[in-house]
Amino acid sequence: MTSVKLKLKDSDVQQLKEVAKSFNNQPGELINVLHKAQEIFGYLPAEVQEVVANELNVSVAKVYGVVTFYSFFTMLPKGRYPISICTGTACYVRGADKVLDEFKRLLKVPVGETTEDGKFSITCLRCVGACGLAPVVMVGDKTYGRVTTDGVKEILKEYEDEV
Amino acid sequence: MLVCGGTGCHASAGELLFENLKKEVQENDLKDEVQVVATGCFGFCEKGPIVKIIPDNTFYVQVKPEDAKELVSEHAIKGRKVKRLLYTDPVKKEQIQDSKHMGFYKKQLRIALRNCGMIDPENIDEYLAADGYEAMGRVLLEMKPEDAIQEVLDAGLRGRGGGGFPTGLKWQIASKNHADQKYVVCNADEGDPGAFMDRSILEGDPHTVLEAMVINGFCINATKGLIYIRAEYPLAIKRLKIAIDQAREYGLLGKDILGSGFDFDVEIRYGAGAFVCGEETALIHSMEGERCEPTFKPPFPAQSGYLGKPTNVNNVETYANIPVIFNKGAKWFASIGTEKSKGTKVFALAGKINNVGLIEVPMGITLREVIFEIGGGIQGGKKFKAVQTGGPSGGCLTDEHLDTPIDFDNLLAVGSMMGSGGMIVMDEDDCMVAVSQFYLEFTVEESCGKCSPCRIGNKRLYELLGKITKGQGTEDDLDNLRNLSDVIKDSSLCGLGQTSPNPVLSTLDNFYEEYLAHVNEQKCFAGQCKELIRYEIIPENCVGCTVCARNCPVNCISGERKQVHTIDQSLCIKCNACMEKCKFNAVTII
Ligand SMILES: Cc1cc2nc3c(=O)[nH]c(=O)nc-3n(C[C@H](O)[C@H](O)[C@H](O)COP(=O)(O)O)c2cc1C
Ligand code: FES
Repeated sequence: MTSVKLKLKDSDVQQLKEVAKSFNNQPGELINVLHKAQEIFGYLPAEVQEVVANELNVSVAKVYGVVTFYSFFTMLPKGRYPISICTGTACYVRGADKVLDEFKRLLKVPVGETTEDGKFSITCLRCVGACGLAPVVMVGDKTYGRVTTDGVKEILKEYEDEV
Repeated sequence: MLVCGGTGCHASAGELLFENLKKEVQENDLKDEVQVVATGCFGFCEKGPIVKIIPDNTFYVQVKPEDAKELVSEHAIKGRKVKRLLYTDPVKKEQIQDSKHMGFYKKQLRIALRNCGMIDPENIDEYLAADGYEAMGRVLLEMKPEDAIQEVLDAGLRGRGGGGFPTGLKWQIASKNHADQKYVVCNADEGDPGAFMDRSILEGDPHTVLEAMVINGFCINATKGLIYIRAEYPLAIKRLKIAIDQAREYGLLGKDILGSGFDFDVEIRYGAGAFVCGEETALIHSMEGERCEPTFKPPFPAQSGYLGKPTNVNNVETYANIPVIFNKGAKWFASIGTEKSKGTKVFALAGKINNVGLIEVPMGITLREVIFEIGGGIQGGKKFKAVQTGGPSGGCLTDEHLDTPIDFDNLLAVGSMMGSGGMIVMDEDDCMVAVSQFYLEFTVEESCGKCSPCRIGNKRLYELLGKITKGQGTEDDLDNLRNLSDVIKDSSLCGLGQTSPNPVLSTLDNFYEEYLAHVNEQKCFAGQCKELIRYEIIPENCVGCTVCARNCPVNCISGERKQVHTIDQSLCIKCNACMEKCKFNAVTII
């Protein structure tokens, strides 16, 4: 975890508290609250987890345990254009690993991290349900199908001009 | 005009196509004659987006948003088929006029998927028109719970979530446990990577699951239903929410349903992406807000489940069969399938096959029929090598097993399992050692870490496989793989660890030669294991077009125009770009 404390926006924290309240501050609703928290903040840094723990009256350790257990929750901020590469079986047998290697090589970041300029992040996910288009890559909400290793450059190019 | 609105077709601009068709119909003043409906998945995902026109069942494939104009002006107005969008049979090379004549659909029997691709999932009236909620009405108003359970028992329905436990029996057990509150849970976690059966049912026909859950609740005297679904399925969640609201509005959920005096309501719970959450005890912990770690059974959920109350967990596809059993009768259902596996099974057919998609077939059909008739054979005319069923818990079968009739027991007997319905076809270019490593990587990532055989053992398996794919393995390692697999299977806490070595064991059994080639000759014949292969240029085929050199990301290919090129092995990262680009088959893997 980071040693420097993040300063969360007061209005966001307020919103989170209201979410917790709407779930009656029930410890059993932890996962639902975390889903909302990730919607509000984009990710779940330690500071957000502390707020959640306080609101639901559970230990920070427990919140941390749940956050790190589920792959949907992330403690690192995503890039402006989050890239998700499907590594489900259907995509794997149609060459998703090579596509992934190419993204890693071009962006020079490992899976789960964000480029220095905060533009792209790489994550893997398992089956987006478009196996007919395998291998599949998603950038934000946009889906790219039948991606080849040199298609990777083309995809990144689409986001080149945007700042 | 039925337009596919499933996740796969959405991804290929299906939504825009739908909007365009609606606009065209509006502009041509055809609103009374032509109705454009966004349905659930047709199953033929390979060639999406799909537009089907009824009543003549014309089946258009790979339709683009800009084709909307022509479809409306030609087909709807002039009654002429748009030939260029019709499906062409890959073997006979002839255009097929309607879906009834497509090899893909001929051998299918759709029970659980009966409404997918037929009705608008966001409109309850369409479900009602397709006999929706009729079974529920009959059960609630005319049957006693024990008679309804008997009907499910007689049908011989077995759980489609993987275990294959008789559903009627499960309900019977849950009904006999008394408590002030019981729960019905629908397992829509679907963790098998590369499978999308349950999601497609929820996207295409959400009401069928709600109807079945009410019936289930009535049978075991539970008044609360919970659907546990992954947060990664936004479209399914949206449609489910709409369905629940509509059902409440129509009095089909809520208090005193249809005046029967029975109350039942449904809530949605979200998962957050962990394979083990699909295991029923883990799923229950997740719904309680905990880490989803499984616990030892007994106690079974039917005794002590959600919040310690008796809970009945069934899979989405299991539920989708229930209304049909009541509408058509247990006898009819039991007449389909094999002796011990009744009815049909939905499979997500994927991998190196021509027709990737979602299919539903009667139990007892052979793998050969599924792969070569429905699936249309192997892509690019390559050779079939293996088919993997059962996801990370299943095994790889070979051409020896192609004539095995598919059912729960037969697949187990040949070293795989039914699982939830993933079916991945592999060809000669797939390395079986690398495939088992792929599955083990998944298991290592997804193991919850609670019991050591699974946490540590699978990691060791993964490392051993890694060693072999790098050409550093020995024959002793192969023995170790087998021994360790047996220990993990015998000593793990839950179904995850008890089945996770299956991909390793089945490939060891069926592809031992391939393992031997890796350890003895340091060779990967499929050309997948990077450390064991080398890209070379065949001088006779190389015309010196420079395409490979220009596309090489690390500039390790040199050569003058019109001269034979060469690859500098010390720099090559084996990215495959040269091979992909070469039009003259001049790049080869050694
Ligand atoms: C590791 C593991 C993962 C599972 N994943 C799923 C799943 O994704 N979906 C599902 O319906 N059942 C899954 N199951 C099976 C469930 O535990 C349970 O048997 C099933 O939901 C019961 O429903 P059924 O009888 O209708 O099949 C899984 C089991 C194990 C051991
Ligand atoms: S495996 Fe990638 S979309 Fe299904």
